[in-house]
Amino acid sequence: MARAVTTRHKTIATAAAWIVALLIFFPILYTIITSFKSEQEAIQGFSLLPSGTMESYTEVEAQRGYFKFFLNSVVLSVGSTVLALVIAIPAAWSMAFSPTKRTKDILMWMLSTKMMPAVAVLFPIYLIFRDTGLLDSRVGLTVMLMLINLPIVVWMLYTYFREIPGEILEAARMDGASLWNEIIYVLTPMAVPGIASTMLLNIILAWNEAFWTIRLTTTNAAPLTAFISSFSSPQGLFWAKLSAASTLAIAPILIMGWFSQKQLVRGLTFGAVK
Amino acid sequence: MATQQTHSLARFMMAPSVILLFIWMIVPLVFTIWFSFLQYNPLNPIRDGFVWFSNYKLFYSNPAFLQSILNTLTIVVSVLAITVVGGILLALLLDQPIWGQGIVRILVISPFFVMPPVAALVWKNMIMHPQYGVFADIARFFGANPIDWFGQHPLTAVILIVAWQWLPFATLILLTSLQSLDEEQKEAAEMDGAGFISRFIYLTLPHMSRAITVVILIQTIFLLSVYAEILVTTNGGPGYASTNLPFLVYQKALLEFKIGQASAGGVIAVILANIVAFFVMRAVGKNLDK
Repeated sequence: MARAVTTRHKTIATAAAWIVALLIFFPILYTIITSFKSEQEAIQGFSLLPSGTMESYTEVEAQRGYFKFFLNSVVLSVGSTVLALVIAIPAAWSMAFSPTKRTKDILMWMLSTKMMPAVAVLFPIYLIFRDTGLLDSRVGLTVMLMLINLPIVVWMLYTYFREIPGEILEAARMDGASLWNEIIYVLTPMAVPGIASTMLLNIILAWNEAFWTIRLTTTNAAPLTAFISSFSSPQGLFWAKLSAASTLAIAPILIMGWFSQKQLVRGLTFGAVK
Repeated sequence: MATQQTHSLARFMMAPSVILLFIWMIVPLVFTIWFSFLQYNPLNPIRDGFVWFSNYKLFYSNPAFLQSILNTLTIVVSVLAITVVGGILLALLLDQPIWGQGIVRILVISPFFVMPPVAALVWKNMIMHPQYGVFADIARFFGANPIDWFGQHPLTAVILIVAWQWLPFATLILLTSLQSLDEEQKEAAEMDGAGFISRFIYLTLPHMSRAITVVILIQTIFLLSVYAEILVTTNGGPGYASTNLPFLVYQKALLEFKIGQASAGGVIAVILANIVAFFVMRAVGKNLDK
């Protein structure tokens, strides 16, 4: 039987939870509201009622060429994630289904590469990128983001694949399925949800990566992280535009994020909390 | 036999990931360690040379280095304290039966998906700005003087912003752990007359301890390398007041071209991260054996 819950208890808990939640969400909400104000309105003191003008949105595109950066963000995050999946799926598959004595060590070692601070390799990477002409190129940054997220991708896939029961594989093998048939007809359909979740989380992580994307780009390959950072230099008051640019930069990923809460827990705790 | 074939195939399938990560980890790191023993300035090649540990000596002779390490640790510890305590309280609250739980969860988790430069700029301009920010509006409403956050309390400001970004992460993971607590156990404890506090101390907290450990460890890794939040708000200043180790390394390497010093800083950052990594691996590794 469920615990008896008094209406009073529920009302108090609901009120408290909503107040805290709205406070936490407030900076995002206020950004969205400000994006519909004019620049004058934006600095006229606290107000939750915008005039509803869209001028900031049109100006962000007209003056700053917003769309190019948005496109770069899409290309970099999706590209690096797909590349990481292509490399990681076979690795995770083999570790989950034919583990050896060293599988655990390899997994732990991969995790350890994720822990290396980016600054420790900043200059060598910068040199390598400069000398190979990869600075400010989409290819270079895609590879970079792929490498950064590869350990998480392998790990997430591994935890998903490990949940696929091995007996099914044995049954398929008994029926004479070859290894490749086994992968294509038996495993893939069962693995698709896990792969999709992994993909979602890693697009989010790549989209929000804000060290290499800022340091290794100038204009051509610069994604939204670099675009938004360019607003930090003082050039007068431009909060409505900043808000519009910010809203556009976070909206797609915010919505994706809402759908990936569970995957987030699994992915970022390396399967330690499910 | 099939197993032999499977094993060599397995190795073949693993190779790309392993080789790529190996190169990505080893090559730049070897460069950094090598550079850290050099006097190396790309703009002034005459004075280049091998200088043994003199770059490292700066870490206890140069106040900027010392302060950057101190700031790094202050950020990590403060943000951890805020997010873990806040996360536990929030998780307990969200675990109660409430109306609109789904929406509340979405609102609470949202800051985590905001890219760091956006989070930092929104806080800097619209919340903490000494003239036009919401905090200033609130202060004036109560007749107080607005605080100049980034001028007078730059490190606190950075900590607040970073804590806002990571509180959702802690909450989400602790809530997930809380919801896996056996309902029957809770009921049994209640039947036995255990109050809310003693239930929390003897049942809930021990159950959550693993998740708390994981939150602390994973956040520490990310918090050791806070960067964009500093870049777009204080730019490390005033002076070195809000410069952490990653930010100092960036300044030395790409602004001052003191590659030797920057690399020594990088090596110190690796050592710091490795101390944490050791504990992370133990916590995660235990889980693999299950």
